[in-house]
Amino acid sequence: MTPTIADDAQYWDTSPHHHEEGASTTIGFWIYLMSDCLMFAVLFAVFGVLGQSYAAGPGPQALFELHLVAINTAFLLLSSLTFGFAMLSTVAGRQDRAMLWLGATLVLGLAFLAVEIYEFQHLIHLGAGPQRSAFLSSFFALVGTHGLHVAFGCLWLGTLMIQIRKHGLTGANIRRMTCLSMFWHFLDVIWIGVFTFVYLLGMI
Amino acid sequence: MATIDHSTTFLLGRLNLSAIPQDPIVWATFVVVVIGGAGLMAVLTKYRLWGYLWHEWFTTVDHKKIGIMYMVLALIMLLRGFADAVMMRLQSILAFNGSEGYLNSHHYDQIFTAHGVIMIFFVAMPFITGLMNYLVPLQIGARDVSFPFLNNLSFWMTVGGAVIIMASLFVGEFAQTGWLAFPPLSGIGFSPWVGVDYYIWGLQVAGVGTTLSGINLLVTIIKMRAPGMDYMRMPIFTWTALCTNILIVASFPVLTVTLVLLTLDRYVGTNFFTSDLGGNAMLYVNLIWIWGHPEVYILILPLFGVFSEVTATFSGKRLFGYTSMVYATVCITVLSYIVWLHHFFTMGSGASVNAFFGITTMIISVPTGAKLFNWIFTMYRGRIRFDLPMMWTVAFMLTFTVGGMTGVLLAVPPADFVLHNSLFLVAHFHNVIIGGVLFGLFAAINFWWPKASGSSWTSSGARSASGCGSWASGSRSCRCTSWA
Repeated sequence: MTPTIADDAQYWDTSPHHHEEGASTTIGFWIYLMSDCLMFAVLFAVFGVLGQSYAAGPGPQALFELHLVAINTAFLLLSSLTFGFAMLSTVAGRQDRAMLWLGATLVLGLAFLAVEIYEFQHLIHLGAGPQRSAFLSSFFALVGTHGLHVAFGCLWLGTLMIQIRKHGLTGANIRRMTCLSMFWHFLDVIWIGVFTFVYLLGMI
Repeated sequence: MATIDHSTTFLLGRLNLSAIPQDPIVWATFVVVVIGGAGLMAVLTKYRLWGYLWHEWFTTVDHKKIGIMYMVLALIMLLRGFADAVMMRLQSILAFNGSEGYLNSHHYDQIFTAHGVIMIFFVAMPFITGLMNYLVPLQIGARDVSFPFLNNLSFWMTVGGAVIIMASLFVGEFAQTGWLAFPPLSGIGFSPWVGVDYYIWGLQVAGVGTTLSGINLLVTIIKMRAPGMDYMRMPIFTWTALCTNILIVASFPVLTVTLVLLTLDRYVGTNFFTSDLGGNAMLYVNLIWIWGHPEVYILILPLFGVFSEVTATFSGKRLFGYTSMVYATVCITVLSYIVWLHHFFTMGSGASVNAFFGITTMIISVPTGAKLFNWIFTMYRGRIRFDLPMMWTVAFMLTFTVGGMTGVLLAVPPADFVLHNSLFLVAHFHNVIIGGVLFGLFAAINFWWPKASGSSWTSSGARSASGCGSWASGSRSCRCTSWA
């Protein structure tokens, strides 16, 4: 692999070399996340363009309950923390503890989803559904897409926990867990953007 | 189009017999397809090829075979896209002086839309994806791509999109909106039936496949190069493939979201692009072209790589200015993101915005021009052999230059106000796409055919095809230019 320098010529190992299984998975998943990030960028841009188009309907101040959103933000940020602890336990090879932290992450993720579903249902009940105005269309699209990602993340997390229980912390399972942890933290970062630009700035 | 029965049934929803087009042209096509399909099935069964096809091709994870399957898909779809082009031309010939021609407007608008959608998404895209799939691992010395199974999935998603588009020919209708389906025309109000839905689902399925294949090839180039092959030692085609796949990963998600929002407008009743309740149709036009402009460079960049390989080979010299070629490719990759608004100067964004995008558009032609000079200098004092790939390359240089110069002309907003919606514009992008992408693919297929098939394949017929191709597109461009 490494070039050996003899005189002023360079030589490389030309014998058949081996690419380790899964060696490209992490960077591949990173690039996937960047493409996903671009989808959110478009949704943020759409919200930026349409976020003031209330069509004589209710605006953010009439609709958002910051307390609820703050609790939800706390759920999600804490879930990132617990996932971090799960990864640390995995590196230490302590499967039981990792499972415990993963379970805590799942509970926090589901709690986040429950609050979000309640919020959406409440808005629709108030007559502020996605059809009401372009502002609400773009709000539901942005926050809903994030929520959908969290839902898929929870599904993945549940599946992975079953896998780990059956097969233990094998190489493949650790690789999957690494990918999921990137996914989970990524959703956290996106949520910080949502919380700031949609909720906080909307309340000013 | 006969009246449509909109009643719904439990299992089939709105699908009923009135969904079958009442059109003798479509019926005749259907009969031909059925006979041809049955014949093909019979041959495959007679020679017991189903198992071979299934095990050796359809389920393969070999990048070379997947590449070839992409090429076959593109060839099949080229037949359909070309038939559409001939039908449109025939209508142009017949419909004048009070005659309505042989196509009603409903049918013509579908053909017009299908031609654009098929040629870009299901001919050009599979061609370049197939080419990159086949060549990149070979050029970088890898056994396969990074994710071989994903590669197969990407291919079949592209096929799925193509099948959806083809099904619209015989069941229901296709979009009558033009290839980018601008709202409010593509909204539920003006396109209430299934045409736009076929469009959306066909593009979504194929588009996700393309994104996945982009990620796959990008990772392959980053991680799987042979020892010692640093970036500035990569073959030039691999360089262009790298930039193309960066563009794919960084633009197709925009298409996906934009189409999702259009879908929500149609199915859920949201107001992203509607004309009321705060919706903004111009937002769609911006978003779709933020994907659409990088897309045209996704199509052309790999062929720039092909022309570089071909010119060097058949001039018996090293490529002139490898480094400048790499920088030009990277410049184009970056600049392709800041020119999108030149597709709609007449939308009314204001003089300053139009001026910005006019200038960036002129700037992006500079690295492209640099490439052309590099190819010419590669030929200069070389021992040029006019084999088929080289003939297509020379035809490309002439045709593409005409397309490029008309493009720079159109980059001037006041000129664009006069020339938009004219055959001048149509001639411009056909000159760059046929002269660039299609000629490049012909060059590539001729060049690497012996590698892929194990036998060489040159005839005088193919030589004159190359000559005719450049002559035909050259004369068309002159004619359309004079019409404008």
